Amino acid sequence: MQLTGAEILIRCLQEEGVDYVFGYPGGAVLNIYDELFKQNKVKHVLVRHEQGALHAADGYSRSSQKVGVALVTSGPGVTNAVTGIATAYMDSIPMVVITGQVPTNAIGQDAFQECDTVGITRPCVKHNFLVKDVRDLAVTVKKAFYLATTGRPGPVLVDIPKDVSQALAEYSYPKTVTLRSYNPVTKGHAGQIKKAVQLLLEAKRPMVYTGGGVVLNDAAESLTRLVRLLGFPCTNTLMGLGGFPATDPQFTGMLGMHGTYESNMAMQNCDVLLAVGARFDDRVIGNPAHFYRADRKIIHIDIDPSSISKRVKVDVPIVGYVRDVLDEMVKIVESSPARPDAAPLKSWWAQIKEWQRKDCLRYDRDSKLIKPQLVVEKLYEITGGDAFITSDVGQHQMWAAQYYKFDKPRRWINSGGLGTMGFGLPAAMGVQLANPHAPVVCVTGEASIQMCIQELSTCKQYHLPIKVVNLNNRYMGMVRQWQEFFYGNRYAESYMDALPDFVKLAEAYGHVGMKIEKPGDVEGALREAFAQKERLVFLDFITDQTENVFPMVPGGKGLTEMILAEEL
Amino acid sequence: MRHILSILVENEAGALSRISGLFSARGYNIESLTVAPTEDPTMSRMTIVTSGSDDVVEQITKQLNKLVEVVKVVDLTEGNHIERELMLVKVRAAGKDRDEMKRLADIFRGRILDVTDKSYTIELTGTGSKLDAFLQAIEPGVILETVRTGASGIGRGERILRI
Ligand SMILES: Cc1cc2nc3c(=O)[nH]c(=O)nc-3n(C[C@H](O)[C@H](O)[C@H](O)COP(=O)(O)OP(=O)(O)OC[C@H]3O[C@@H](n4cnc5c(N)ncnc54)[C@H](O)[C@@H]3O)c2cc1C
Ligand SMILES: Cc1ncc(C[n+]2csc(CCOP(=O)(O)OP(=O)(O)O)c2C)c(N)n1
Ligand SMILES: [Mg+2]
Repeated sequence: MQLTGAEILIRCLQEEGVDYVFGYPGGAVLNIYDELFKQNKVKHVLVRHEQGALHAADGYSRSSQKVGVALVTSGPGVTNAVTGIATAYMDSIPMVVITGQVPTNAIGQDAFQECDTVGITRPCVKHNFLVKDVRDLAVTVKKAFYLATTGRPGPVLVDIPKDVSQALAEYSYPKTVTLRSYNPVTKGHAGQIKKAVQLLLEAKRPMVYTGGGVVLNDAAESLTRLVRLLGFPCTNTLMGLGGFPATDPQFTGMLGMHGTYESNMAMQNCDVLLAVGARFDDRVIGNPAHFYRADRKIIHIDIDPSSISKRVKVDVPIVGYVRDVLDEMVKIVESSPARPDAAPLKSWWAQIKEWQRKDCLRYDRDSKLIKPQLVVEKLYEITGGDAFITSDVGQHQMWAAQYYKFDKPRRWINSGGLGTMGFGLPAAMGVQLANPHAPVVCVTGEASIQMCIQELSTCKQYHLPIKVVNLNNRYMGMVRQWQEFFYGNRYAESYMDALPDFVKLAEAYGHVGMKIEKPGDVEGALREAFAQKERLVFLDFITDQTENVFPMVPGGKGLTEMILAEEL
Repeated sequence: MRHILSILVENEAGALSRISGLFSARGYNIESLTVAPTEDPTMSRMTIVTSGSDDVVEQITKQLNKLVEVVKVVDLTEGNHIERELMLVKVRAAGKDRDEMKRLADIFRGRILDVTDKSYTIELTGTGSKLDAFLQAIEPGVILETVRTGASGIGRGERILRI
């Protein structure tokens, strides 16, 4: 039977098991919306701005192992979506983005709402397609899902001109698809894996450093097994939090620019470093020349060869899926009588414990003002550490990462690579839809939340009982902190004046608003908010404006050249 | 160091801009780039001459391989290879310059493709440095126009790049 392009697309989405599409209609996608309307397997979530659609699909994917799907119209729909696409790309999130395009015969004519979608998005997608013939549509959609989810994941865009969604073709969905030009190496080299295990067993000052790859590949269990088996210390990047249980005594906290003292010291001073699904980001290793100064052997497991030896030369590269490689390592260690030498490992741990005594995350618990760290700690206690936490970008993001102890992967959802303010609330919508019964919290700042505040309306429409924790310091705190440290306290345009009354704003959108001004009220307010299981509650915490994020490795400095909180 | 990369790529609209976009986005050099379909019309072969440290060229190769439409990448400079470039050069050839120019073209095994009473159009093939040498050998004032294809390359002997 012949189907229209729009019908074919919806059938393909059904075949892929897509339950939600996040989108916003417009002329070029009307055929597709009409088909969406006629069925009820694929549900559509109407956002209030296309950026929100992308972040929501992204949050949906990050919290569920599934592919996030977004649908936007041509021209301004696409340009609004670009921030969300780039955000997903930088953090390697599997997504399929469907965009409408002007009819094929109008392409290149400066037609109404035309833009070169494939050109504009090319640098921030894993791949993109313009479908010029309806007969290619089904196989292209199949390819898009295949590319998004295999190898190093990422967003894939399919641009569909309006005449293509209208034209007729025979429909059949391919079961599998192969591309002769795309064959990622997925199985780690056995010889390299053996070599790596040998190196690990001989280590005297070992360190395990893991990132987003462990979360993306659902390798947390495998990682935990290996690290416990070896008894080594383990740190996570901002993207890797939850990959190893934060409450495990072998966990030394996050590393990097705002990482713990002990993680950064151990990273610098180890003799064997096992890097797993992490990409030696500039916010992680500090000044590369300083990082090189220490002599250590590095093992790096990553699915993307271009992540290996990009910023830091490694000794034992292993290209493959981290989970399989870690499982293989566990097998080798378990079947061998050899274990790491106990004596040096013991003194290495003694050294780490010594670094931990710095207590680098300490803050003034007796302050008369609400300390943002206190809010996150209370949030952790009240949710039993089991909530999904999304965040925006800034100081609040760092405090959430530092003080909420993530024991499970996919619970911490934030924009690390692009650092996109406005991510938190729409991402939380996707998380809540993927996990309808779980507590979902968006930790945000008064500047970030205003970048996608319109999505409060979407939350109302779909009854999403998100808890918004606004750490309101009346400053773009992260910007202010840099200005305090590096620009002689000249706070150029980092103060937020004329803020809205967030309580009234929440109420205007049909939600519950609360303003909390005293440290003693923090816990009660949070409890009250979580008791309202059916409602979105916007908690506006008026926090200490002067608080800074510590430790901090200033830009250009070595990883161990940290600024610590002044003595309290 | 100078490297010659040979790339097999799907013959699809947009593949070229993905590759050139990669070079500009990541700040890699392109000295020259040539591309045309192969004996298999679904596939194109591209030759890119680039320069950079070994680490940079390793990254370039990895990044190229990461592009979905790229089938294979080989660094020809890693082994024995043949490199050829075609140049068309139009020179002033009047009076006493006329014989001199013919002689020079012969020495460089050039062919004169077009003649007027005032000019010659000469075709030359060879390595980039041979073409440079020709241009240096003639007086700059007589050159009216040059056009070069950029280098193409192929491995020597049994070195074969195909899928
Ligand atoms: C304000 C701000 C402050 C920040 N401060 C810090 C900080 O202090 N510390 C910090 O760590 N970060 C910080 N970041 C985040 C930082 O910018 C990077 O996003 C982050 O460090 C990258 O994490 P990652 O190395 O885990 O890589 P990711 O971006 O998560 O990349 C994942 C890696 O895993 C690989 N991979 C993916 N899937 C697989 C698989 N199946 N198998 C094998 N490999 C796979 C990928 O190829 C890639 O190399 C900050 C960001 C912001 C916005
Ligand atoms: C879209 C976007 N614009 C600008 C920035 C730069 N930036 C990073 S943090 C920050 C301030 C964030 O302020 P707020 O949301 O109040 O968080 P706080 O740091 O105060 O906790 C800014 C402007 C960014 N990351 N994203
Ligand atoms: Mg703020």
